[in-house]
Amino acid sequence: MELWVSLNHINASKLSIEAKKNGRFSTHSSFSDLIQLMSAYKFNLNQKEVEVEAADDTPLLWILRDNLGMTGTKFGCGKALCGACTVHLDGQAVRSCSLPISAVGEKKITTIEGIAQGDLHPVQKSWMEEDVPQCGYCQSGQIMSAVALLNTNDNPTDDDIDQAMAGNICRCGTYVRIRKAIKRAAKGGTHEG
Amino acid sequence: MKDKIFKIDRRTFLKTTSISATGLLLGMQFSCTNTSKKLIGDPAANFSPNVYLNINGSGDVTIIAHRSEMGTGIKTSLPLVLADELEVDWKKVKVVQAVGDAKYGDQNTDGSYSVRMFYPIMRQAGATARRMLEQAAANEWKVDVNECKASNHEVVNSNGDVLGFGYLADKASLLPLPEAEDVKLKSPKDFKFIGKKTSIVDLEDIVTGKAIFGLDTHLEGAKVALVKRPPVAGGKVKSYKPEAAMQIAGVQKVFTMESPGFPIQLDSPLGGVVVVADNTWAAMKGRDALEVVWENGVNANYDSAAYIESMMGKAKVSGKVRRGQGETAKALKASTKKVQADYRVHHLSHAPMETPCAMAQVTEGKVEVWAPTQEPQWARSAVAGALGMDEKDVTVNVTLLGGGFGRKSKPDYVVEAALIAKESGFPIKLLWTREDDIQHDYYHANCAQHISVGMDESGKVNSWLHRTVFPSIGSTSNAKANEPSGSELSQGVLDLPYDIPNVSCESNNANAQVRVGWLRSVANINHAFAIGCTLDEVAEKRGVDPAQNLLDLLGSDRNIDMASYSKDFWNYSEKLEEFPWSTARFRNVIEEARRISGWGKEMPAGSAMGIAAHRSFLSYVACVVEVKVENGKIKIPKAYYALDCGVAVNPERVKAQFEGGAVFGASIALKSKITVKNGAVQQSNFDTYEVARITDAPLETEVYIVPSEEKPTGVGEPPVPPFAPALCNALYRITGKRIRQLPITM
Repeated sequence: MELWVSLNHINASKLSIEAKKNGRFSTHSSFSDLIQLMSAYKFNLNQKEVEVEAADDTPLLWILRDNLGMTGTKFGCGKALCGACTVHLDGQAVRSCSLPISAVGEKKITTIEGIAQGDLHPVQKSWMEEDVPQCGYCQSGQIMSAVALLNTNDNPTDDDIDQAMAGNICRCGTYVRIRKAIKRAAKGGTHEG
Repeated sequence: MKDKIFKIDRRTFLKTTSISATGLLLGMQFSCTNTSKKLIGDPAANFSPNVYLNINGSGDVTIIAHRSEMGTGIKTSLPLVLADELEVDWKKVKVVQAVGDAKYGDQNTDGSYSVRMFYPIMRQAGATARRMLEQAAANEWKVDVNECKASNHEVVNSNGDVLGFGYLADKASLLPLPEAEDVKLKSPKDFKFIGKKTSIVDLEDIVTGKAIFGLDTHLEGAKVALVKRPPVAGGKVKSYKPEAAMQIAGVQKVFTMESPGFPIQLDSPLGGVVVVADNTWAAMKGRDALEVVWENGVNANYDSAAYIESMMGKAKVSGKVRRGQGETAKALKASTKKVQADYRVHHLSHAPMETPCAMAQVTEGKVEVWAPTQEPQWARSAVAGALGMDEKDVTVNVTLLGGGFGRKSKPDYVVEAALIAKESGFPIKLLWTREDDIQHDYYHANCAQHISVGMDESGKVNSWLHRTVFPSIGSTSNAKANEPSGSELSQGVLDLPYDIPNVSCESNNANAQVRVGWLRSVANINHAFAIGCTLDEVAEKRGVDPAQNLLDLLGSDRNIDMASYSKDFWNYSEKLEEFPWSTARFRNVIEEARRISGWGKEMPAGSAMGIAAHRSFLSYVACVVEVKVENGKIKIPKAYYALDCGVAVNPERVKAQFEGGAVFGASIALKSKITVKNGAVQQSNFDTYEVARITDAPLETEVYIVPSEEKPTGVGEPPVPPFAPALCNALYRITGKRIRQLPITM
């Protein structure tokens, strides 16, 4: 194996001094951008203020997972195509894999870890009552999309469900039960035909 | 009232009484009018009569799940079998996932055989432990063991004395294992869990986001690694420039990993350029910034569409006869009515929602990995081999799998993580992006098939010629293994059950030019599609109903001696005497599918039903799909399955497998296609490699499980094969166009 080791794995400011000193990185145009892009971010996560330091373009998904150790939100595609990383931005379902931390601002973020007021959110309960999950990997995202739907529509039709949930892929194919669980939650926990 | 007090388990008790709980607990026990009613024993007791079970002095039961959980519910179902025989209170059971270790027996969670293989073993394990607990109680009471009966976490005797499993654990642990003839399995009528609904043990963790999948393990100081792999399987790095990647803040190391060329061992990494960074985003940006020049190797000219045509060329001429009865060519020639058709299926990618990933740490001559793997023992041996270590120094922890579908039985990504951890000196979290997953998979074999069926004037089918050509999985690692194996051909071709006097099943050679692997139901996908669609054409030619046609062709109820038809026949590694090929069971599921779907009823304009039936993984399945075409778009209002899988341990999860199998089938039928050009996969993410979404899936799926006391057989894969042909046959009824290629294009 051929091995390259970075001289500058400490932090950006140190790196900048080093660069200026020896001119080693002078040919790389992206270098100066990099210095400017590392910033501290404060945002509201699950009703609490959190602070992280990260590059501006870091997707919220990786802030949650890498910086904050909150692993309930999943990586699935990195391109907002599968919905596994769905969180709420001021109550709206968004794909955290494609939302840079710099775009969060004053808006409130809610993740699967933050939806329950008490033990479980009604949607989580209906998910359990319908035994929706198979492998379970996509279900955080599915539940976040379902909660967002039910927050604005307390009696969704099949078409409403299709529209709200079409961005969330489940490769195990739990769609039939997702539909049932949404309807159950909409009816306040009673089973709907 | 007393009962209520005594039913308090220790944990609940400790929660409410923080001071001298044990003493009080004992006091309560001694205050019992029936002095022998002891539920809790020596806290240090550990009763472990086998590798799957432990009962401690508090009566807490731990059952080991040694098979991997990827969504089938196996982590719940097998422990449930043991628990049923043991007569435990399921609420007191904790299920713990095993590491990869041969002491657990087979851990290769693949091929839909977990329950089939371990149902008898788990029953025996539970029943043996039950007998020992009963014996321990008998010794306490100085009565005959046959007067003692375990029930719901206690042993009782005819005097009404009661001893808890916790109390008995220590005593039972001192007893010798009982003689086999003294261990009595329960009568199925006494089952408390088997055949009833039980939710999966991880359910609440999953819906609250607490469940731990491969990427969710945390190790202090771990770095994230991504690999830029050769775009062509068998390619390697010619030259590369790491400088731009090294400038990304957080990128720690960049190095190359050797590429082994092609053919390639199924457990070998593809090699490439590795980027190690402090966090995922830095690793991604670092990898994007790499400039790599590749040497594309032997598969540089692979064009999958052209290859299907070249395979089709072979399917049109005589091949190697793998099953032959009568004189098929002659009979076909003499037939007055014929059905002839060619079928094409493209490569497919598994695309589990959780991409391959692993955490690895190398310390002082030992390596520990955490991985979502279907085959922890293979992961263990492959890691040991790659790092030149002894297997005993390798620990493979199995996390939950975010889907597997056959992809995660190959341990290449676990080996990558371990190699990178060793080389970099950091604990490593290896991530495959979706692009990595779709472009470097072990793809489902693309396939070309020709089928000719001959009938006489009365419509009696007298001849069946089936030629199939596809790259054998074996040819991924061995270029000479380019003729389909008996096991691949016994997934639909050699095991054709229809009573036809002249049969010729032929194969021809083809070579893997990408990594070819097994994907949920494997070669059954291709073969059930071609056979299921052809039979529908035969029905039309014969002028009979398609469901009736299947029953007509099946002939009398019998167990077919498939082995007498072909020396290559494979019964999913089981003896035919143990798991016969029963046309009666096959007939029954066809009849039941017809019944539950209301087959033959009038359908509204633009709607129709289609049927297909297929036995795979020793389970019998018939599928009816109801289709509606609206503005040129295919909608599936409902799918119906009737299945016979022997004993259904957790019927609710069996149903879930079939609901999900229908969706997997819908992906194959309607959406998914991998094509390769100049050796490189052209699709890269869910925008180009599409899978079924909620809008493509059946709106409803009805599943009927035939009640059975036969040995349990597979349920993970069997729903997939008949779905696509049933759907195609339904579409034909609406459009009048036969479908001979997957995915369907309207």
